[in-house]
Amino acid sequence: MLLGDEAVAQAALDAGISGIYAYPGTPSTEIMEYVQRSRKAADENVFCQWSANEKTAMEAALGMSYTGKRSMVCMKHVGLNVAADAFMNSAITGINGGFIVTVADDPSMHSSQNEQDSRFYGKFAMIPILEPSNQQEIYDMVFYGFELSERYKVPVMMRFTTRLAHSRSAVKRGGSLKQKKLALPSDPKQFILLPAIARQRYKNLLSLQASLEKESENSRFNKLFDGPDKSTGFIACGLAYNYLREVVSENSLDNPILKITHYPLPLAMIKKISSECDRLIILEDGYPLVEEMLRGYPENDKRIMGRLDGTLPRDGELNPDHVAGAAGFDVKQGPVPPPVVKNRPPSLCKGCGHIDMFNALKEIIDEYGPGRVFSDIGCYTLGALPPFNAINSCVDMGASVTMAKGAADAGLHPSICVIGDSTFTHSGMTGLLDAVNDQSSVTIIIADNVTTGMTGGQKSSAAGRIENICNGIGVKSSHIRVINPLKKYHNENVALIKEEIDYRGVSVIIARRECIQAMKKKRK
Amino acid sequence: MYTGHEEKKKVDKNKYLLMKTDIIIAGVGGQGILSIAACIGMAALENSMHIKQSEVHGMSQRGGAVQSHLRISDREIFSDLIPLGKADLIISVEPMESLRYLPWIAKDGWVVSNTTPVKNIKDYPDTEEIIKSIKLLENHVIVDADKIAREIGSPIYSNMVVLGAAARFINLKHENIESGIRAIFARKGSEITARNLEAFNAGWQLSANIK
Ligand SMILES: Cc1ncc(C[n+]2csc(CCOP(=O)(O)OP(=O)(O)O)c2C)c(N)n1
Repeated sequence: MLLGDEAVAQAALDAGISGIYAYPGTPSTEIMEYVQRSRKAADENVFCQWSANEKTAMEAALGMSYTGKRSMVCMKHVGLNVAADAFMNSAITGINGGFIVTVADDPSMHSSQNEQDSRFYGKFAMIPILEPSNQQEIYDMVFYGFELSERYKVPVMMRFTTRLAHSRSAVKRGGSLKQKKLALPSDPKQFILLPAIARQRYKNLLSLQASLEKESENSRFNKLFDGPDKSTGFIACGLAYNYLREVVSENSLDNPILKITHYPLPLAMIKKISSECDRLIILEDGYPLVEEMLRGYPENDKRIMGRLDGTLPRDGELNPDHVAGAAGFDVKQGPVPPPVVKNRPPSLCKGCGHIDMFNALKEIIDEYGPGRVFSDIGCYTLGALPPFNAINSCVDMGASVTMAKGAADAGLHPSICVIGDSTFTHSGMTGLLDAVNDQSSVTIIIADNVTTGMTGGQKSSAAGRIENICNGIGVKSSHIRVINPLKKYHNENVALIKEEIDYRGVSVIIARRECIQAMKKKRK
Repeated sequence: MYTGHEEKKKVDKNKYLLMKTDIIIAGVGGQGILSIAACIGMAALENSMHIKQSEVHGMSQRGGAVQSHLRISDREIFSDLIPLGKADLIISVEPMESLRYLPWIAKDGWVVSNTTPVKNIKDYPDTEEIIKSIKLLENHVIVDADKIAREIGSPIYSNMVVLGAAARFINLKHENIESGIRAIFARKGSEITARNLEAFNAGWQLSANIK
């Protein structure tokens, strides 16, 4: 019984990876965690440490592929934005050892700032995308993906969504391949993207496209199922195919179905179902990527139905009920919950240090007025909710430092930043360098719970070295202050923050107290 | 290649044999609903049934509403999510949470709920109001699992009491689920396993006259 995430991890181990690189992010975190717990990984010396962010992870994984060994990098969808430069260019350099980029998307934003669809990135980079429809397919596709990657010397993207990542099912394991030996690329210039070489490499990538499409056309993962009722055809991508099968198993549905779990799109199959059917319903757990392509812009083909014409909701995760509805079946919903049922949003744990930090900050806000606290992503983002209502932004990892800087540059005072320790080392450090260089007047609070809390307590990159890092970046020692966010120190903490607000320059206040969940785990 | 319908026909022919239970397990992040799922899952696995279990990880685990869709069947299961109106059973370790997933309950489905509230929100309603709403449902079982668990030794066993009270509505034998519990708690030692079994059986007795 494996989670979708765990199926990726087990398959990667069985397919002979030498290393896996990742930065945590729901719903992808459990991939690395599984490898870190695995006996096989330990016995076979598979590298499995968290990276500082997704870009460093992507580059390290590419470096491992350079040596001829198989590697994987994993992240959540927004992580690919951070790693995008490395990702796009890895398609141009190509790879040496098999290289899979695993991205878990989060439609409905269960734990994310947006629901962007990583297939666009895969298409953008012009590399094959595998989009499994169930846990077994995840497992099988990892083997296939490495083989495909090595045959064409391109990175392969594995994309799935929250539901599959976090659902368990029995998975049959395949073989167990040995790790590859060290073997440098045959062309020593392959990875040097100087314009003259890059142009060649790009032409090479373009020249592969026809073959990659043929692979999709002949792929065992894409399948056209015929059916006598040609009034409607269904194109079901990835997990949506699973939902469609659920609907088929409960109702009689005699329409042609095209299952797509391997891209680029298999054109011949699409032409066939499209020419045979009066209309097509496109099912995708994500953005309407395929739907948009088939619809065409000037044609605006009305026979193509899905998220764009209201047959399915325009946003949010797909589910079996949407698919049943689109196929014309009634969904017999149970009773509506009575009004006594109230929303129960997540909240900071009892005893969390962030609570005392926010209580101190609230006093500052009461004195200086609201609208001056830029924050970031982590447990401390819950400071946006009552009873705190203490923060005014959460955009992308690291943005709190630089947004506070920009606002300070514009004359806002105080301009306060609240950022977690892991987020700070992910992407806050470079922004701090900007602030130091420009002597911006910002008060940066690093909420240091000595772990990556929100995603379940992974190792934090700079545990124990945050003061040194800030000092090295150029923050004056006298303005690197450490406080203990505890109720009994409330008054001194408030006074200290005020002192630093009065300083017109960069100051860093490290509010340090270990995450209580991490402490509990240690005690166990 | 009429794969679609062929599968369909097979299902029709065997419909009378279909052994499945679609369960939503509900609670609040941190209440350990996954160990309930694990025990049922293990029991189903030992019975060579198909299983799908969708879980909530991430943000909501911080004290938010969490649920797990657990599907067991003697046939292949497709969707990881239970469709609306198709759940045979809602098992809830918290009373308000038992009502949140009613849109998923089937017409003849059962709701089995603990009575002890987790009041981590400001506008938590009057517990009596919640219990009244549960009692309005045709098929319900309400248990004070925390009280029974405390008698056994600790409120940590309350989830097994709730599981016990719900067990009659799951397509698995009593001894199968007991065996699942043993397997899941084995590594915690025989004492803890025995307490969990005791809690499970106390819950089982509570719903004796219902089904
Ligand atoms: C680019 C990107 N990568 C990963 C995530 C997922 N993520 C959200 S919060 C978080 C951890 C934050 O840890 P930290 O800053 O230490 O704060 P804590 O949760 O411990 O308070 C992560 C990894 C994300 N939202 N964006």
